Amino acid sequence: MSERVTPAAGGRNGALRIMGPESRGMVTLRADLADETIAAALGDVLPLGVPGRREGRHDGAKGALWMSPDELLLLCERDGAGALVARIGEALDGLHHLVADMSDARAVFTLEGEEYREVLAKLGPADMSPRGLAHGEVRRTRLGQIPAALWLRGDTRAEVICFRSVAGYLHDLLWQAAAPGGRVGYFQRADGPPA
Amino acid sequence: MLILTCPACGIAADETELHPGGEAHVARAGPHASEEAFSDYLFSRENPRGVHFERWRHAMGCGKWFHAARCTVTLEIFGTYRADCTAPPEALLERIRAARPGWSWRDFK
Repeated sequence: MSERVTPAAGGRNGALRIMGPESRGMVTLRADLADETIAAALGDVLPLGVPGRREGRHDGAKGALWMSPDELLLLCERDGAGALVARIGEALDGLHHLVADMSDARAVFTLEGEEYREVLAKLGPADMSPRGLAHGEVRRTRLGQIPAALWLRGDTRAEVICFRSVAGYLHDLLWQAAAPGGRVGYFQRADGPPA
Repeated sequence: MLILTCPACGIAADETELHPGGEAHVARAGPHASEEAFSDYLFSRENPRGVHFERWRHAMGCGKWFHAARCTVTLEIFGTYRADCTAPPEALLERIRAARPGWSWRDFK
């Protein structure tokens, strides 16, 4: 089998530390999340439960991210994805669903630094103000020319998930937007976004 | 720039996150329709100056299709609603009646 190819690891640029792209265990589950039978059947397999609209839950390497009314993105250890797919398949046997190991299809970047909102706001249409996008929320949007999911983990940490095939593009995009001298400071300004 | 609120994920999505899907509520003619009716289904579209109903897809977001009602002149958005319906919800029609007295779009007034 061919090896996974990912672009070179990032580092610090200006006030932002860009780490990745990292290949994480990812499982896509598609099923009617509003269906209580599905949630009940998933019970023990998903210790984090089924997250609400645009919610991201995590516990160590485990994560459950709401992607759409019928799609969840489950995070796990890189080599645990296959087993998770099998466990979900067993739990939902007989119920209408689709579950697949998508680890090789996606890449994750981690941004560390207080200015991640500034940097991400330069790259897409998402409202990056603290009021527009709260901690713990998952926002699927566009960064430059590609789709990406933003997951805010705290005041100084955000994760960006994109397709692995465009990880090199996203890395360059983030790197350039974070370059020293390009600081906008909109979210710190007195006439910045409404509180 | 259009900003439509996706009813599936609740995001106020800007136009660059969306993909247009053309006119809303187009019903397929057939299976035993006349050639004229089928040609209308394929090619005839509304081109209103005013209230219009369209399909959009939140392509760079949750990926879901939805419907939107907007004014083609002022770009005012009257509302968005779910994809799986054959007619706009009555509450939305009421809102448009209040904002644009005397409007009509196909059979809707």
